[in-house]
Amino acid sequence: MTVKDNIVVQSIGFKQYLPVGRLAVAIEFLSQWGIDEIAILDISATAEKRGPNFKLIAQAAKKCFTPLAVGGGIRDIADMRKLNQLGAEKIIINNLALSQGEIIKKAAEIFGSQFIVVSIDAKKVGGTYEVFSDGGQKPIGLEVGVFARKVEQLGAGEIFLNSIDQDGSKKGFDLRLIDAVVSKVTVPVIACGGAGEPDHFREAIIKTKASAIAAGNFFHFTEHSPIVLKSFLKSTRVPVRLETYAQYNDATFDRSGRLQKRPEQYLNTLRFTYLPEEII
Amino acid sequence: MKNTIVIIDYGVGNVRSVKNALSSLGYTTVISQEKRDIQGAACVVLPGVGAFAEGMKNLKALGLLPILHDAAIKNKKPFLGICLGMQLLAESSEEGGVHAGLGYIPGHVVRFPEKKTPRIPHVGWNTVSVSKTYPLFGDFEAGAHYYFDHSFYFNAPKKHVLATCEYGIQFPAAVGFGNIYGVQFHPEKSQANGLKLFRSFFKSHNL
Repeated sequence: MTVKDNIVVQSIGFKQYLPVGRLAVAIEFLSQWGIDEIAILDISATAEKRGPNFKLIAQAAKKCFTPLAVGGGIRDIADMRKLNQLGAEKIIINNLALSQGEIIKKAAEIFGSQFIVVSIDAKKVGGTYEVFSDGGQKPIGLEVGVFARKVEQLGAGEIFLNSIDQDGSKKGFDLRLIDAVVSKVTVPVIACGGAGEPDHFREAIIKTKASAIAAGNFFHFTEHSPIVLKSFLKSTRVPVRLETYAQYNDATFDRSGRLQKRPEQYLNTLRFTYLPEEII
Repeated sequence: MKNTIVIIDYGVGNVRSVKNALSSLGYTTVISQEKRDIQGAACVVLPGVGAFAEGMKNLKALGLLPILHDAAIKNKKPFLGICLGMQLLAESSEEGGVHAGLGYIPGHVVRFPEKKTPRIPHVGWNTVSVSKTYPLFGDFEAGAHYYFDHSFYFNAPKKHVLATCEYGIQFPAAVGFGNIYGVQFHPEKSQANGLKLFRSFFKSHNL
C-alpha cells in the first residue's frame, strides 16, 4: 500500500502516482480477500519531514485481521512503539536505516529482530545494483548486497526489496536484483516491483529464493485480486495459502490474470447451489 | 465489568490489534496495566511483539508480576498469551542472554537452530497439527493456516503442548496448563482462522 498525501496510490518508476482511494477501505477488502500480509509505505512522510500519520494507521488497522507492517517517517523508538500499539506487528524503515543504522540494534533489543524490516530501494547502475535514498532519488554509493548484509548484522529481521527500475513497469520482477540480495543474507527477503501479470509471481517464486513476493499496483481495481492470483498460482502447482470463503477452483484465467467466462452449463448449476453465510 | 477481557498493555504488544479482533466478535475489552481492571476482568490476554527481556522488564517495572500471578495462578482466570506473551509464560528464555520468565508453564524459550531451519525469523503463514482441540481449536479444520513471526520458540514438555508447527524442526505452536494457554502465532492477524480460535477459547469460558 503506497500512501501519498494520505491516500493509497499506484506508483510508477518512483516518479508518477495515480490515486486509488482510502487506505482503510483498501485494507479491509484485501484483508477479507485473504492477502497474506500488508505493508503500508507512507512515501510523503519523510519527504515532508514529518512522522507517521498515526490517526490514519489506527483507522486502517481497525478492520485489518491480516499481518501489518508500517513504514514511512519513523524517526525513533517512540514512533515504533506507537505503531506497534496501534496494530503493526512490524515496522519498516528506509532512510532511518541509512542515516542512523545503530537504531536497528536498539530496536531489536526492545522489540526483537522479527519486528524490524528494512526497506531497500535499489536501481541498476552499470553492472551492479545500488541503494538509493530519499524515495529512490539519491544514490548513496553502496552495493545492495553489501548494505543488506550490514543491516542484517545490526539486527534487521527482514529485507523489503524494491526495484526502482521495475516499479510500475508491469514487466516482471528483477530476478537478478533479488539474487543479489538473497545470496548475501540469511533473513527473509520480500521482493517488490514489476508485477504485471500472475505469471510474474510464479516466475519470481520458482526462480529466486525470495521468501515472499509483494506487489502494490497489481492488486488495485480488481475484485478478489489476491484470491484470483493465488488460484492461478495453485493451478501451476505453486504452494499457496488459499482459504478464503470465496473460491476460484477450476476457473481459467487469461494471461493478464483475468477470469475467463465459465461455460453456460456450469453457471446454470450455480443457480441452484445453496451458499450459507459464514458465521464465526 | 463482569464479562470483560483485559488486554495487558506493557509497552511491547500490538494491543490495539487484539482489541480490534475481539471487538469485531462482539466482546467487551479493555486495554490496561491497572490492577483494578485486571482483577475485575473475566479473562486475561497477554499479547506481545518484542524481546523477552524487555517484556519481563516492563512487567516488573509496572508492578504487574504479583497481579498477573494472582489472576493466573491464585484466581485461575482464563489466561491467553500470544507470541511473546506465550513465551513469557515459560521459566526462562535465551533471547539476549538468559532471562527468567513468569514460570507459569514449565519449559524454556530457545532460538531456532540455524542449521536445521530455512531462514530466521520464521515469518509467514503456516499450518499446525493439533493434538488437543479443546478449548483453543474448537472448530479446527486440518490445513488451517496461522500467522507466525518469531526467531525463538517455547520448548515446552510434551504434555503441555496442544499443537505443533513445522519450520525445519517441529516446535510447539500452542501450549496449555490448567487455565493458562499460549499461542506462538498471532490469532488477531490470522484472518478467519484466528477469529475462530478466539471465539472457541472465549466461548469455552462462557463469554
